[in-house]
Amino acid sequence: MSDKKHDLIDQSLQDLDNDGVDRRGFLKCMAWAGTGLVWTMSGGVPVSRALAKGYGKNAGKGADFTFVQISDSHIGFNKPANPDVTATLQTAIDKINAMPRKPDFIIHTGDLSQLSKPSEFDTLDQALKGAVAKQIYFVPGEHDMLSDNGDQFLERYGKGTKGSGWYSFDHKGVHFVGLVNVANLKAGGMGSLGHEQLEWPEDDLHGRSASTPIVLFAHIPLWTIYPDWGWGTDDSEQALSYVKKFGSVTVLNGHIHQIMQKVEGKVSFHTAMSTAFPQPAPGTAPSAGPMKLPAEQLQKVLGITDVNYLVSGRSLAVIDSPLAS
Amino acid sequence: MTKKNVCLASVAVLVVIAMMLLAGSSAVTANAQPSAATAAVKIDNFVFGPQTLTVPVGTTVTWTNSDDIPHTSVSTEGVFKSKVLDTDEKFSYTFSKAGTYPYYCTIHPKMTGKIVVQ
Repeated sequence: MSDKKHDLIDQSLQDLDNDGVDRRGFLKCMAWAGTGLVWTMSGGVPVSRALAKGYGKNAGKGADFTFVQISDSHIGFNKPANPDVTATLQTAIDKINAMPRKPDFIIHTGDLSQLSKPSEFDTLDQALKGAVAKQIYFVPGEHDMLSDNGDQFLERYGKGTKGSGWYSFDHKGVHFVGLVNVANLKAGGMGSLGHEQLEWPEDDLHGRSASTPIVLFAHIPLWTIYPDWGWGTDDSEQALSYVKKFGSVTVLNGHIHQIMQKVEGKVSFHTAMSTAFPQPAPGTAPSAGPMKLPAEQLQKVLGITDVNYLVSGRSLAVIDSPLAS
Repeated sequence: MTKKNVCLASVAVLVVIAMMLLAGSSAVTANAQPSAATAAVKIDNFVFGPQTLTVPVGTTVTWTNSDDIPHTSVSTEGVFKSKVLDTDEKFSYTFSKAGTYPYYCTIHPKMTGKIVVQ
């Protein structure tokens, strides 16, 4: 890895200084694919860990419940960056199934498929049938709405949702809100929620106690990570204004195929890795295209990193999990 | 049209074709056949290249996706719309009217380009 790349990452992490992050470790983890994140709700404070082999017997102990986030499976992708994305998704599912505490449900934050083909969705469905958690919540990525404005996605994964697929649900005292920021994207822009969708969370959240933990999830990051690559959502500010009164807000996204985290006041932002292929860190490559790593390098990178991430005493900890140990 | 005239017209066409063949790649053919003009836009590394392409009226522009990720080429004003182009897939559109045609990738809207038809 070039020094230039290190410098760029260091710059992008400057606001995260003095928080106990091992930056080198953080960098390494960003090159990984094929993992999921375990979220443990404990007293309303979400704690995340990756599906690492070191996920010990104490994991989830004392927690109110646990759920898993997976993202960017891109079933149908078959390029050199990962010729077998179905196999890596299967590995992620195996890891979920091996968790010492069964997660209550799984959230998939989009890009289930590569080209929105029925056969790709079928393959994904087949793989997810093998997961111990039977309840799976989805939001679409841009790859899931390619040729039919998302009709097929809604038919399969969005029954009972509103508009282009947004919805909310409650689970053991936590309120979850799934948003869609990949529909009707405008030329020159980033992700977009749109007027109709933006009116809805205000009503959805109205009247809820400020002590209710809130989890927002959507495909494209709801915070601006790198505008040049469209890694952000143009109108996320308004959506986030509705959650300001709440004491604990966690925002879960995918799309960028690497871990990024930020804490702003009571809001913790987190992006998950892909189960399919890695993408470069912001600005370190000519484009955001799939990162092609030689097999042996991939194995080496896959074998190393744990990341412990402590923010403002919130115990938000991410430990990445290699596909191959 | 009489039989004789048809014959003459056919001969004339043949002569023109012969002239074109003789002229080979000289400027004569290029000037004489603007309606057959073609131009290419390559989609590479999430960029339309060239970003602004200026072509004469009647030019057929062909977009080719060289990325590992699908893209589209869609007119901002609804003039043309490609299907989703996977790796190495192409889309062509013939511009029959002068004007400026902005377009973008609906999957990655940061990707924008422009065809200027003169």
